[in-house]
Amino acid sequence: MRRLVAQIRVELLMVLRNGEQLLLTLGIPVLLLVFFSLIDVLPTGTAEPIDFLAPGVLSLAVMSTAMVSLGIGTGFERSYKVLKRLGTTPLGRGRLVAAKAASVVVVEALQFAVIAGTALALGWSPVGAVWAAGVGAVVLGTVAFAGVGLLLAGRLRGEINLAAQNALYLVLLLFGGMVVPIDELPSALQTAARTLPAASLSDILHWSLGTGSLHAASWPVLTAWALVAPTTAARLFRWE
Amino acid sequence: MAAVEVEDLTVRYGSLTAVDSASFAAEAGLVTAVLGPNGAGKTSTIEVCEGYRSAASGSVRVLGMDPRTDQRRLSERMGVMLQDGGVYPSARVLDTVRHFCTLHARGADPRQLVAQVGLEQRTGATWRRLSGGERQRLSLALALAARPDVAFLDEPTSGVDINGRDAIRGIIRALADRGCAVVLATHELDEAERVADRIVVFDNGQVIANGTLDELRRGSGEIRFRSQAPVDVRALASETGLIAARVGADEYVIDAPPLPRVMATLTGWLAERGHDLTDLRAGAQRLEDVFRRLTADRADARAVAEGTPQLAEPRRRRRRRKSQ
Repeated sequence: MRRLVAQIRVELLMVLRNGEQLLLTLGIPVLLLVFFSLIDVLPTGTAEPIDFLAPGVLSLAVMSTAMVSLGIGTGFERSYKVLKRLGTTPLGRGRLVAAKAASVVVVEALQFAVIAGTALALGWSPVGAVWAAGVGAVVLGTVAFAGVGLLLAGRLRGEINLAAQNALYLVLLLFGGMVVPIDELPSALQTAARTLPAASLSDILHWSLGTGSLHAASWPVLTAWALVAPTTAARLFRWE
Repeated sequence: MAAVEVEDLTVRYGSLTAVDSASFAAEAGLVTAVLGPNGAGKTSTIEVCEGYRSAASGSVRVLGMDPRTDQRRLSERMGVMLQDGGVYPSARVLDTVRHFCTLHARGADPRQLVAQVGLEQRTGATWRRLSGGERQRLSLALALAARPDVAFLDEPTSGVDINGRDAIRGIIRALADRGCAVVLATHELDEAERVADRIVVFDNGQVIANGTLDELRRGSGEIRFRSQAPVDVRALASETGLIAARVGADEYVIDAPPLPRVMATLTGWLAERGHDLTDLRAGAQRLEDVFRRLTADRADARAVAEGTPQLAEPRRRRRRRKSQ
């Protein structure tokens, strides 16, 4: 337990000391939330933009922490041989993975507190929310995105991984139903977007937090990503 | 029982054989230097010993344990220093050392360890702000965090200044003196010569020499001299049987044991011809010369076996010079 706590502390310190990761996990989501809720330029389809944006930005928070932040951090740890060095200590892979998972959960909790607090202050009112479904979707989304992030981190060189994670972040932000409703995309893009974990997660969160209806494919698609992505990452991950 | 026992180890990466039936042992209380050119198989061998890499065949025991299956138990008693990296760039010196000490059940005192490697003035500095030498010192501190019974150190003095090298050698010596088996992988022959008790030479994946420095030097004496006037090495060879090679503008080397009789023959012959010597040295070859001889002999043998005489060209040139 002492080792696990020590590793969690280090993981969190590394996130908190990294300005870029803080910008990614908190700065950009809060900026998008505040900006587009105050300036009504997005075709959100809701009376108040905040009602659409709050669940979407919560999805973005999951993606930014579980995929991009975890993936970039792990990719550089691999490049800097931190993983190799830790591999020769009694920490073990199990505790290392557990520490990373715990740090993701802590950062997500912090994000949710800040984003939900900001959204409530901007007038968000999640009436009729199905909290259990929302929590379930966040758990599945976290696992799926972590799998994608670690898959890239475990195969690509540090700098290429950084570029790939950021590019994927941008694509999923635009086509994942987080700030632009999927229904507003061209029909071919809609079909493609519905196969992505970002769209599935945001769709379920929009529904569970009281905005919009649930697409039939969302749960199966998100579950499939949560199974396939980490399994593939575990098989293909290169520690060095 | 030796602390590290490598027997008939083979490591492969696809079709490439990186280590080919290597065998050696490292004893507790001794520094064993593993030498070899780039790609000789040193790092692959050490990574198998650390439990980081699997062997294709052969057996490796470290402190009586299988590094792969007993990795967790072994890591409690093992120190590892990587050639480079291994630390978060934004991590601070004392935080990092404290973290690694916490990961081991019988971890060292972090502040003492930082002082031991001479980084007590840099405790708050991040890895990215450390100089190359300071990074090596921090890496060494992390290898000592476990209070190890066996330590694998990869190029520990690389990029370190002269004073720092002396300090690191002192730490390595002290580590061995308190009973730790130290396995030191290095390219720096001078380093091995100064600190190692035993030397294992790798070349092309195979162990080509294994023993103490004296054992490796045995039969490898030489006499070096400098003469202001050119020496007729053919006449020297025909009249005394001493074969000299010109290795510099005015420097000559004779591959011969530094016996008084040989020295007397040489100096007598030179005196008869009125040569003034500006330098005269006799003794065992330096490790660098032994190493060159060992690896050059192997390169020649490979060239002959593969029918690629150009590989043996430098050796042939050397021989031609000797016969001038």
